[in-house]
Amino acid sequence: MAYEPQADFGTPPARSDTEATLIIDGRAVTVPAGTSVMRAAALSGGAIPKLCATDSVAAYGSCRLCLVEIAGMKGTPASCTTPVGDGMVVHTQTPRLQKLRKSVMELYISDHPLDCLTCSANNDCELQDQAAGVGLRDVRYGYGGANHLAAEADTSNPYFDFDPAKCIVCSRCVRACEEVQGTFALTLDGRGFDAKISAGQAADDFLSSECVSCGACVAACPTATLQEKAVIEIGKPERSVITTCAYCGVGCTFRAEMRGEQLVRMVPWKDGKANHGHSCVKGRFAWGYAMHRDRITQPMIRDHIDQPWRVVGWDEALGFAAARLTAIKAEHGARALGGITSSRCTNEETFLVQKLVRAGFGTNNVDTCARVCHSPTGYGLKATFGTSAGTQDFDSVMDADVMLVIGANPTDAHPVFASAMKRRLREGAQLIVIDPRRIDLVRMPHVAAAHHLALQPGTNVAVLTAMAHVIVNEGLADEAFIRERCDWDEYQDWARFVCDARHSPEVLEPVTRVPAADLRAAARLYAEARNAAIYYGLGVTEHSQGSSTVMAIANLAMVTGNIGRSGVGVNPLRGQNNVQGACDMGSFPHELPGYRHISDGATRALFEADWGVTLDAEPGLRIPNMLDAALDGSFRALYIQGEDILQSDPNTHHVAAGLKAMDCVIVHDLFLNETADYAHVFLPGSTFLEKTGTFTNAERRIQMVRKVMEPANGLEDWQVTQALANAMGLGWDYTDAAQIMDEVARLTPSFAGVSHAALDAAGSLQWPVNADAPNGSPIMHVNGFARGPNGKGKFVVTDYVPTDERTGPRFPLLLTTGRILSQYNVGAQTRRTANVVWHEEDRLEIHLTDAENRGLNDGDWVRLASRTGATTLRAMVTDRVAPGVVYTTFHHPATQANVVTTEFSDWATNCPEYKVTAVEISPSNGPSEWQADYAAHSRQARRIVTEPAA
Amino acid sequence: MDAAHLATMANQIARNFAVQGDAAAIAATVEHITDFWEPRMKAALFASDQTALSPIARAAVARLAGG
Repeated sequence: MAYEPQADFGTPPARSDTEATLIIDGRAVTVPAGTSVMRAAALSGGAIPKLCATDSVAAYGSCRLCLVEIAGMKGTPASCTTPVGDGMVVHTQTPRLQKLRKSVMELYISDHPLDCLTCSANNDCELQDQAAGVGLRDVRYGYGGANHLAAEADTSNPYFDFDPAKCIVCSRCVRACEEVQGTFALTLDGRGFDAKISAGQAADDFLSSECVSCGACVAACPTATLQEKAVIEIGKPERSVITTCAYCGVGCTFRAEMRGEQLVRMVPWKDGKANHGHSCVKGRFAWGYAMHRDRITQPMIRDHIDQPWRVVGWDEALGFAAARLTAIKAEHGARALGGITSSRCTNEETFLVQKLVRAGFGTNNVDTCARVCHSPTGYGLKATFGTSAGTQDFDSVMDADVMLVIGANPTDAHPVFASAMKRRLREGAQLIVIDPRRIDLVRMPHVAAAHHLALQPGTNVAVLTAMAHVIVNEGLADEAFIRERCDWDEYQDWARFVCDARHSPEVLEPVTRVPAADLRAAARLYAEARNAAIYYGLGVTEHSQGSSTVMAIANLAMVTGNIGRSGVGVNPLRGQNNVQGACDMGSFPHELPGYRHISDGATRALFEADWGVTLDAEPGLRIPNMLDAALDGSFRALYIQGEDILQSDPNTHHVAAGLKAMDCVIVHDLFLNETADYAHVFLPGSTFLEKTGTFTNAERRIQMVRKVMEPANGLEDWQVTQALANAMGLGWDYTDAAQIMDEVARLTPSFAGVSHAALDAAGSLQWPVNADAPNGSPIMHVNGFARGPNGKGKFVVTDYVPTDERTGPRFPLLLTTGRILSQYNVGAQTRRTANVVWHEEDRLEIHLTDAENRGLNDGDWVRLASRTGATTLRAMVTDRVAPGVVYTTFHHPATQANVVTTEFSDWATNCPEYKVTAVEISPSNGPSEWQADYAAHSRQARRIVTEPAA
Repeated sequence: MDAAHLATMANQIARNFAVQGDAAAIAATVEHITDFWEPRMKAALFASDQTALSPIARAAVARLAGG
């Protein structure tokens, strides 16, 4: 579409069940009661001049430009702060108003640069538009008076500039920081003429302040005061395309604003159902990796991994790969092959990779990166509720009275949803945080958790069982809900188990290290709330009892009746953009798309008829099992799309050994990642900007990803997979990604009503989308659970089993890992952006007591060692972690935090136990021997030779 | 496949089902391994030293191996 600013209705929508009808400039308009006159006018097609109002923040009433005349009302009230009334008659354009507005504009313009022609916001500036709108022709006061035109610009932020000379002090940025983002980094400093926007303290600039670079202030600014550097450098966009972010599982939708083939900026889309016009630093600004010089855009091959890469054409690369795969299959059988799908790729691409593995390779050895993050969610929620997905939409949080956040750090990992959580908390909802680390949500501006249960890592199940103990023993169970919605006999078995005295908070306190009184109070708060919602992340799943913890969470929701309506539920916060979708698309080795077991003959027959092949009825290998099998020689070839298992998976030595043992490793990616050091074929990938398809976010929302520029490598990823399939003789003939989704819908009941056309029409759809729910399912299990013939929820007894990973004299500390706001996963994308200014290296958080005992100071290099390996990084001395616990991120390959994580994993799914590793910390002079060897190996493995053209 | 690792996995599964009582735990362990383990993993487990297995896991393997 041609470039147009997004519609701005001036003030936020009102939530009301009643309506009011009024007359505005002779036109009747009916709106919800509580709507502002300004918004009503905008909805009726009019436009009242405004400067301090924008519909992302509450009305402020300061600019006095939006004055109107209302019959029977004195004076000229501000339309932004005046609610509509039934029968009201409003005039927005009168000579009196024109005169008043022109006077206001004269004052603004008298202290504003007159450089419109060279201004970066020229022709995209609300101040300019309003000056034109009120018919401003001259400024009676002249321009020689006191002004701010010499104020110095703050260019410290890597993505946007702040030029106070252009500021009209409307405070939209301050209010956006408070109301939209909830960070409160900006303030209006001084009064009257001295008033100015300030980031943090007087000594701060934007970069050193608490600003999180979400871009809400930039989006709210009506002038060029807060402006994207890219717009300053490139100019105003000329077209825009709505697409979906490729970072976290929130699934924000953006307008990719373009000049020709050049991306100028990503602007959060106001109509996006997941983000409602908000964004974070990653989605908003950190897209430069897509054009980074490190991208590999031509295929490469090599016979052995100790050789340099040879750049070749697509035909040669695909022929080479297909020949190797075919030969291995012929010699070792189909089960010697496998594939890994990507949670960063589209549903359509993921579907094709699993189809290639099942139908082309002839095996179910397909897995996905959810193996190492949310596979326990799939297992646990299917066992209890019958569906491997969260129960709510994000908007549900606005009806929650109590939020229980366990093992998640939303302000860093899911920042846009965290802003919604913070908004609801500011409205009065209460918060329980269960986390060994003091995450930001525990205490930040205008948010404070009622309870922070800083448990010992690895004791989630014990804590949740103790909470259940309190709830049942104190008569807080919702018996009516349980009798109606759950299996009563199973509930009674479970209730007897949790009521046992050995599960009391007091008995378990020495294990969990959570004070019993705090735990009891938290349990009561959760159980007694009108609406209580649980949000959880990888701090739940990445444990030896990850699946048990998910089921324990489901038990808590069922026992308190917190399922099936807005404001409640069980909400897994998915790490990557399409974790949910990758799982939906049949990426697990035991399930076909739609979570149907491969042993189910009827389902298999459906796929066999459609694909014209016979499918293996046995489950395939999971990623860690593939690596194990590679070491015994029975697994020899792996196609990896969009994942870097060497950096992301546990026990790096083991992963490297497994990859090295294979005869054919095909890496399909944007960059020569760490895994590619062990690859024989590199197939260049395409970014989310270069492809069409769909992502499914953490609330089961399927959203379109739309191509905004041609792929740098010439092919979208689904086309590469199809080309590989055809090189193996499969004869696929998809002409676009929509055809692939049509096949998904044809074969998957929960996607039966999904198509690209339907998504274009609806904007987005939350599965299940079928005859029973043609418009999708924002909230699940409203009338019954999706399991068994009678739809009863299942209480599963979850016994606390301590992890085998134990501290001891050699390794006395527990390491837990996580992520940070500015970086994403293994950092392949964000490390190639200016986000490194906030996080250029992984740091080790260590409590000051533990640091002092080891003679460590903040910033010192330390050796982090476990029984599996050692690495070095710098220490950050803090009280965020408890004594005995250390924490780091895993964003940088130079650190490779996973060289110290172990092979221990979740009992049900093999999801690695990233969150509990026994370690020791000691002073260090520099990189470990392993790090030096690794760096040398990487340099050797990434050599590229380009053969001269024949 | 690393038999010791597979035994650890089987014991872990059995331990998490143990709370159901022996009979139910054995049945659940059998079902879990059937549903989630690839054939060569099962074969390697069946062929491994059964003394490394817990009683529940050992009983489950006996039932699985016996078809």
